[in-house]
Amino acid sequence: MSAKEIMTGNEAIARGAYEAGVTVGTAYPGTPSTEILETLARYKGIHCNWSVNEKVALEVGIGASLAGARVITCMKHVGVNVAADPLVTFSYTGVGGGLVLVAADDPGMHSSQNEQDSRHLARLAKIPVLEPADSQEAKDFVLYALELSERFDTPVLLRSSTRISHSRGLVALGEPLPREPKEYVKNAPKYVMLPAYARRRHPLVEARLQALQEEAEKSPLNRIEAGSPELGVVCSGVAYQYVKEALPDASVLKLGFSYPLPAGLVRRFAAAVKRLLVVEELDPFMEEQIRALGLEVTGKELFPAVGEYSTELIREKVRGESRGTIPPREIPSRPPLLCPGCSHRGVFYVLKQLKVHVMGDIGCYTLAATPPLEAMDSCICMGASIGTALGMVLAKPELAGRTVAVIGDSTFLHSGITPLIDVVYNAAPVTVLILDNGTTAMTGHQAHPGTGFTLQGKKVPAVDLEALCRAVGVRRVAVVDPFQLDRLRQTLKEELAAGEPSVIIARHPCPLLTRESSPPLAVKEDKCNGCRLCLRLGCPAISFDGKKAAVNPSLCNGCGLCAQVCRQQAIIPVSEEGR
Amino acid sequence: MNNCKYDLLIAGAGGQGTILASKIISRVALAQDLEVKTAETHGMAQRGGSVVTHVRIGSRVYSPLIPLGDADFLLSFEQLEALRWLPYLSSRGTVITADLVMEPLPVLTGREEYPADALEQIKKAAHRTIVLDTGQAEPLRRNPRVLNMILLGILCPLLPFPRECWEEVIRETVPPRLLEINQAAFRYGLEYKAD
Ligand SMILES: Cc1ncc(C[n+]2csc(CCOP(=O)(O)OP(=O)(O)O)c2C)c(N)n1
Repeated sequence: MSAKEIMTGNEAIARGAYEAGVTVGTAYPGTPSTEILETLARYKGIHCNWSVNEKVALEVGIGASLAGARVITCMKHVGVNVAADPLVTFSYTGVGGGLVLVAADDPGMHSSQNEQDSRHLARLAKIPVLEPADSQEAKDFVLYALELSERFDTPVLLRSSTRISHSRGLVALGEPLPREPKEYVKNAPKYVMLPAYARRRHPLVEARLQALQEEAEKSPLNRIEAGSPELGVVCSGVAYQYVKEALPDASVLKLGFSYPLPAGLVRRFAAAVKRLLVVEELDPFMEEQIRALGLEVTGKELFPAVGEYSTELIREKVRGESRGTIPPREIPSRPPLLCPGCSHRGVFYVLKQLKVHVMGDIGCYTLAATPPLEAMDSCICMGASIGTALGMVLAKPELAGRTVAVIGDSTFLHSGITPLIDVVYNAAPVTVLILDNGTTAMTGHQAHPGTGFTLQGKKVPAVDLEALCRAVGVRRVAVVDPFQLDRLRQTLKEELAAGEPSVIIARHPCPLLTRESSPPLAVKEDKCNGCRLCLRLGCPAISFDGKKAAVNPSLCNGCGLCAQVCRQQAIIPVSEEGR
Repeated sequence: MNNCKYDLLIAGAGGQGTILASKIISRVALAQDLEVKTAETHGMAQRGGSVVTHVRIGSRVYSPLIPLGDADFLLSFEQLEALRWLPYLSSRGTVITADLVMEPLPVLTGREEYPADALEQIKKAAHRTIVLDTGQAEPLRRNPRVLNMILLGILCPLLPFPRECWEEVIRETVPPRLLEINQAAFRYGLEYKAD
């Protein structure tokens, strides 16, 4: 018997890449996909690197594939939007070595700004979609994907989801294939997509889609599990597990290779059951295609296109069973928060004080949009802060001097540089605050080009943010420590009044990364007048009993912001207490 | 152990060690040749937010998520979190919870109230409740992070897996320099008698 190990879906995907002889792995971090590349980097002989964003990650992957290597490129669902441009044309050129693109969807939006269904993007690019239903399949499907990629000369999309990527299950390990990249052969008509060549490639893409459908018809990834003829359920991904548990008697068509849809197989399955149901999370992707075959099918009129599915949801919708016996109660929520000692907290405290419009971005700092800081007007996608701030002041010139863009360092490098150039190009009075905490904190502290370290911790030249901003034409660039609230406030006032593009870099390393801390603070009860100013910081270490504030010493990181905010000098380091 | 099924929900606030606890239970179950699946909370929600890990053990496990009303055990690191996840418990389920109170931000800022009768509510709803008196738990005074091991120690005799197996898995999973205190915490849980 082969060795078995319990693995998350992400670990299993990395194992699959290792066993398949992948030699290049690229990604930009994003929950729930991040740990794939982090795990893959621990295997010997595989070049793994964080790219600056998903478009670049795929482009590096494409280059490696053309050069003959087997490649895995990983991202969260919204990352595929960023990578869509190269993806759609890469479908025309096809691959050298096989390339599997892992897209991790997030139904339920555990850690995302939308819950798009990334299968649409594969359909747009006319490439096949594989949907594993557990860790074992996550590994096996990577090997299958790379075979398929090479055999059909196409990139392949492996669609994971939070419940696949972050669930653990048993995985049987296999022997790794030899790591032997193919020869690189220059082939301009295949790889140079100017119109004359692309016109020749497009018919091949259409023919390939046909051939892929025939492959899906007989693929071992698609199977009928015959049960009662009363009800037949078509399902994919983790929804298969919910169906098997909730409807143990139903006939099931499990589609692991779900696009192009194996229409013949679906027809055969439909003919053998009285009632046909599709259970798929998010959009009616398979459902609409099945209906287009002229088959009668139930899907989204029963199941939501919103949120995660579950066993109990299917029990309820199909069998009319109620959910559990103990009713939920109205109790206080426990929302995620900026950590004690977070370098972002003071920035938003000051921004709220100044009553400016804050065009926000994505990262830990987005948590400042929630009470009590509530210091953010918008957050759309990575990099959007700067362009939206520019749009605000173009539309309403009176907002100039009252509007800032706030963006993290990793996000700035990901997609903030080009809109900053646009601010300069428009000579717009926009102030950009770069929150440089020296890491990609939100997704678990990954290095990025501004940190000067690679994924493996190797030292490399770091991007100089000040020089970069100056080089694109920003004349006013200031650097402040976000724990010096007075200085920060002063600098913000100056830059907002400057009437030209400006950048403030608020620089302090993330305390979770450096483990920086000072002795905890304490409230001198006799001095506290109960004004609640310190509570506006939203620090989990500070509480209020109705009369006075208190600091929880086991949570306090000693950053001292509350002491700066307090007008009564009532919050002091514990060591000075009693003096 | 044919046709057995154990569904365990482990609840806490971000950073309390729910994932390590689930790993240990999983490995113990694997050693009995049972199937195991778990589902974890990562990412955004971890920043001090409410987190939960599902552990499902059985001869055949499909969904990694425990259906509402199916959990045999709810292990909780904190009172409010036990209350929050209670609907997952089956009518015959057991709650093992620490008596810790960690006030979430809406409570800290005085906008909402922490339910003073959380433990009573839990005891009323659950078939069986074991409350760990953390103030008395000597291992926590040495290292508050071993709460997960105490809860596992309390759980151990309630599952039909040999104690030696738990001890072996703990030896293999915990870093050597923390092994002694973790073992002590597990033993404290094993011998724990709630009154
Ligand atoms: C296109 C896209 N890729 C990845 C993500 C996941 N993600 C959210 S925020 C973030 C970066 C956060 O880093 P930074 O801007 O430095 O802020 P920090 O969290 O360190 O405060 C990432 C990678 C995303 N939301 N969208």
